[in-house]
Amino acid sequence: MTEPAPPELPRARIATASLAGCFGCHMAILDIDERLIELMNLVDVDRSPLTDKKRFTQRCDIGIIEGGCCNEENVHVLHDFRRNCDVLIALGQCAIMGGLPAMRNAIMHSDAPLRECLVEAYISGPYIRNTTHNIPNDPALPLLLDEVYPCSQVVEIDYQIPGCAPSGDIIFDTLGALLSGRFRGFERDMIRFD
Amino acid sequence: MTDNRRDSSFTFTIDGVEIKAYAGQTIMEAADAAGVYIPRLCDHQGLRHQGSCRVCTVKAGGRSVSACTQPAAPGQGVENETPHLTKMRRDLVEMLFHEGNHLCPICEASGNCELQAMAYRLDMTDATKFPYLEPCRPLDASHPDIALDTNRCISCGRCIRASQDVDGKGVFGYVGRGIHRRVAVNGDKLADTNAEVTDHAISREVCPVGCIIRKRVGFVTPIGEREFDKGLIGHEIEERRT
Repeated sequence: MTEPAPPELPRARIATASLAGCFGCHMAILDIDERLIELMNLVDVDRSPLTDKKRFTQRCDIGIIEGGCCNEENVHVLHDFRRNCDVLIALGQCAIMGGLPAMRNAIMHSDAPLRECLVEAYISGPYIRNTTHNIPNDPALPLLLDEVYPCSQVVEIDYQIPGCAPSGDIIFDTLGALLSGRFRGFERDMIRFD
Repeated sequence: MTDNRRDSSFTFTIDGVEIKAYAGQTIMEAADAAGVYIPRLCDHQGLRHQGSCRVCTVKAGGRSVSACTQPAAPGQGVENETPHLTKMRRDLVEMLFHEGNHLCPICEASGNCELQAMAYRLDMTDATKFPYLEPCRPLDASHPDIALDTNRCISCGRCIRASQDVDGKGVFGYVGRGIHRRVAVNGDKLADTNAEVTDHAISREVCPVGCIIRKRVGFVTPIGEREFDKGLIGHEIEERRT
């Protein structure tokens, strides 16, 4: 007698966003390669740079966040994801611990750290060619935060996939395990912080 | 090994496994010889034991002791890989990460770093509950062949012991107390000391993190092909187990 076919799982909805990151983690999602076809049989993609949808169309099962929070828009998006996703995943070192953008946290110990950082970046730095001698201040630009925050310091994060960028394998295995309800942590030899 | 020591052998257990030890051996020395890995950061082969990082904490006779300094005792039951101890070690390693500025993606020691490798071994992947201290610490690139990025120093003191005991120099030493205790160089800057790139204290295996940097060799081995990309920290000790 043949085994009965497993009951078909309802398709899951996932959403992704890149905050203060380099889009490398989204590139790493593409590193899943041909297994993306397998994954796409299991999920629909809602709000994401991959679909170019800018807003949630409905509640999602899994939200994937790349990058930490360096400005108010990042915080707004992250809150929006927490509100609209059952499970929120921080993908990559920037989302987990601030990553490269967080390098500014450690150098900012003066009385006006943000100003000092912007002055060096746009006016006084030795390699700057800024003919207007202004710090960008268009009202459309999101305001910078005093520091770069890891996602887990802003909202509750359910899972963190480490790596810079995470390998396609760890992303695929983790998503696959979460979708089938079998996630029990990472294989130790897959954990990388670089 | 003298016959005298062989005569004084005894056994104790680690997680129920019988381990042979000689009088005067520490728990960690006996465990290493038997192929049982006890995580450690401040201890290093060839240097005297210090027992300061506490990552090697085990329960011996119900008490928490550092395995690198505690002598093994006949018949003693030692707990090593229990959920409680693993969690405590993971928290310790996480706090070491948060006490300095450990940005693995920009660190040239990534992949060779024992702190990072310990985080891999201890599954340090959950969302953190500790604040980041983000200290402002100096970078000393004054020496022609060596740089010190003290943002990454975990104050394990391995360079201190290597410089004093192996090189006979005393280039490094502790200054300050409590959380302000830091490893400092014996002079205003490293270039003022008699440190040389050939010193044991400067060699790659002594500094467990990316604080002591040998200039011009940082990326000779690319990321992804380094020591702990090839296996978990401690696997070479565990492979001794019969």
